[in-house]
Amino acid sequence: MSSDAMAIRAAEATSGSWLETLHGWVTTVDHKRLGILYILYALLFFIIGGLEAIVIRVQLIRPHNDFVSPQVFNRMFTMHGTTMIFFMVMPIVFGFANYLVPLMIGARDMAFPRLNAFSFWLTAFGGLLLYFSFLGGSGLYGAGNAPDVGWWAYAPLTSRAFSPGHSADYWTIAVLVSGFGSIGTAINLIATILAMRCPGMTLGRMPLMGWMILVMAGLVLISISPLSAAQIMLLVDRYLGGHFFDTQAGGSAALWMHFFWIFGHPEVYILVIPAFAFASEIIPVFSRKPIFGYPVMVAATVSIGFISMSVWAHHMFTIGMNSASNTFFVLTTMAIAVPTGIKIFNWLGTMWGGKLQFKTPMLFCIAFLFQFLVAGLTGIMLGAAPFNWQLSGSYFVVAHFHYVIVGAIVFCVFGAIYYWYPKITGRILNESLGKVHFWLFVIGFHLTFDPMHIPGILGMPRRIYTYEPERGWDGWNAIVSVGAFIQGIATLLFLANLIISYFKGKKAGNDPWDAWTLEWSVSSPPPAYNFAVIPSVESRRPLWDLKHPEDPDSRYD
Amino acid sequence: MSEATISVVQAPPAWKLPYRGKVAMACLIIAESAIFTIFVVAYLYYAGRVLSGPTPREVLETPIFYTICLLSSSLTIHFAEHFLARGGRGGFLGFWFLTIFLGGLFLFGTGVEWHRLIYEHGLTISTNLFGTTYYSLVGLHAFHVTVGLILLSIVFLFGLTGRVGSDQFARVEVLSMYWHFVDAVWVVVFTVVYILGR
Repeated sequence: MSSDAMAIRAAEATSGSWLETLHGWVTTVDHKRLGILYILYALLFFIIGGLEAIVIRVQLIRPHNDFVSPQVFNRMFTMHGTTMIFFMVMPIVFGFANYLVPLMIGARDMAFPRLNAFSFWLTAFGGLLLYFSFLGGSGLYGAGNAPDVGWWAYAPLTSRAFSPGHSADYWTIAVLVSGFGSIGTAINLIATILAMRCPGMTLGRMPLMGWMILVMAGLVLISISPLSAAQIMLLVDRYLGGHFFDTQAGGSAALWMHFFWIFGHPEVYILVIPAFAFASEIIPVFSRKPIFGYPVMVAATVSIGFISMSVWAHHMFTIGMNSASNTFFVLTTMAIAVPTGIKIFNWLGTMWGGKLQFKTPMLFCIAFLFQFLVAGLTGIMLGAAPFNWQLSGSYFVVAHFHYVIVGAIVFCVFGAIYYWYPKITGRILNESLGKVHFWLFVIGFHLTFDPMHIPGILGMPRRIYTYEPERGWDGWNAIVSVGAFIQGIATLLFLANLIISYFKGKKAGNDPWDAWTLEWSVSSPPPAYNFAVIPSVESRRPLWDLKHPEDPDSRYD
Repeated sequence: MSEATISVVQAPPAWKLPYRGKVAMACLIIAESAIFTIFVVAYLYYAGRVLSGPTPREVLETPIFYTICLLSSSLTIHFAEHFLARGGRGGFLGFWFLTIFLGGLFLFGTGVEWHRLIYEHGLTISTNLFGTTYYSLVGLHAFHVTVGLILLSIVFLFGLTGRVGSDQFARVEVLSMYWHFVDAVWVVVFTVVYILGR
């Protein structure tokens, strides 16, 4: 594990033609290259989904606006939601998991490299199918093109009668195919974590990210599968004349809701647990302290995984369940606040008394802590059934879940990109540009999503393409739209930083942050074989042991 | 006296991890169970809610014989593994073929049942809610049996050419996990469709 042994970068430099390079990337089974493909693919969809959000916000910037037609507006929010969940956040966390997990646990590659490539390409083709609907969705019917049924696609809106043409089919098949890709990757991640750890890397010595990715992958198995099953049922209804969700023949629209949210709620945790993982790696390094309460963090993550599977119907309080069900889902929803709160306190405990370094990755993680707390508080509000009856389906809900997905997940993803970009490319992202990006994004974020709660409380429903003036919504919507533009500008700055730093950035060396996990022991970018000699570890911070032989962690293990 | 023995540095314990194939198959089984759970829930939720005939009570017949075939194939594959572990090639191939045969017989039974339902009772997947849930649940299971049979046959062909020895035991074991799962799911499907659903 000595660093000079790691410095070997053998026949990595490909000097072939662009065709050979392309061929190399398309046929690769290397977890690092697939990780990069996942991340680039997700960033592409981040831009597309972001543009769709901008279209939505331009339309809503003032009452009676006619920037887009109602039909186009419906397609925009459907595509924005589907894209951001299935083709942006999921691929980007899979990308980081793919790239980092084998390096962190001292493995040569994932357990099943070819399954890994297969899963990536399934996800990639899923995204292509979704966007091909803009061209092919009309079919022979001349009906609407891209899907316009909302990202949860409630029945009976998806039946042939209400969604003629093929747009709903593209949505279904795209989500189904990428779901199979996700299940493949999850199986691969679990097998890698359980069966590929280097000697000495017991489960209790794994970086927290390993644990969190393990729980996330378990949730993928249990919750993406019901979605796949429901999509198969929908296809049976649409293509074989089945009656699963056909109320005319005794089918039930509510059953789709249950199936969708049995997927939908754990999905939130599939997305946010990797964000926790990034924070749990970044915060200790920039606080110069080991993570506070490692075993409790693991326990909290596992219990979040379990509880998250029993809360789905809090998305459905307004459909009229009996009071026993309402009570059950209120209580489980409240219960999830406990392990989540434990995590927040542990991150604070990690920072407490540490020598804080306010580098860009750390800034994003600190903002994450504040914003995730607020998101959790509005979540508790919405988890109370009576409050939910008042606000379900309003902009308050939209503000709440964007607080989770942007305020917590996207912030941590940005932090992760700033933190691991040096490892992936060998160069450090420009720190001043990074800070401008951070502050601009924070301002844009709060300008968008803080005021958005208020029109929701004032009764503005989500998914309306325009609204009447003089309802007290006008000013708020204008502010929200301005915030969205600021976030857009910040994102452009970030993309510029990615490109500029790739060519002009400061050389990173193996370990630019003086970190403690195994990925920093190899060169940046790591060689194709990861480790010249498979390392063997004796504590949770193998690089600390290496740098401080006089006081290794293993002494206290 | 015991001082010398105490100061001996302990050799690091052997590093042993589970076989990745088994872990992956266990994961796949978890994911598949979730898929089947959703179909079973849909079947039970809609049981008795069918608005027009034919109803399960009118047309379903309990496939006892074919069920026995499928369930006993779990035993035969177990014996096949047993022989493979001991290097008994003939016993392995024999029981492996018997497994394929029993699985094939089960699939044939499903085909006969579907043929009868379609041509005698006019029940298709689009006839009513019962048809939709019945064909999709039983069909999903039959699809898994088919996939299993294809995989079993591939191993059988490799076995005939003498490429499956005791060194391949771990891989064969992974496939047999899948086959046991397919059989176990049938117990659930059988209970739901032919006992509870009627």
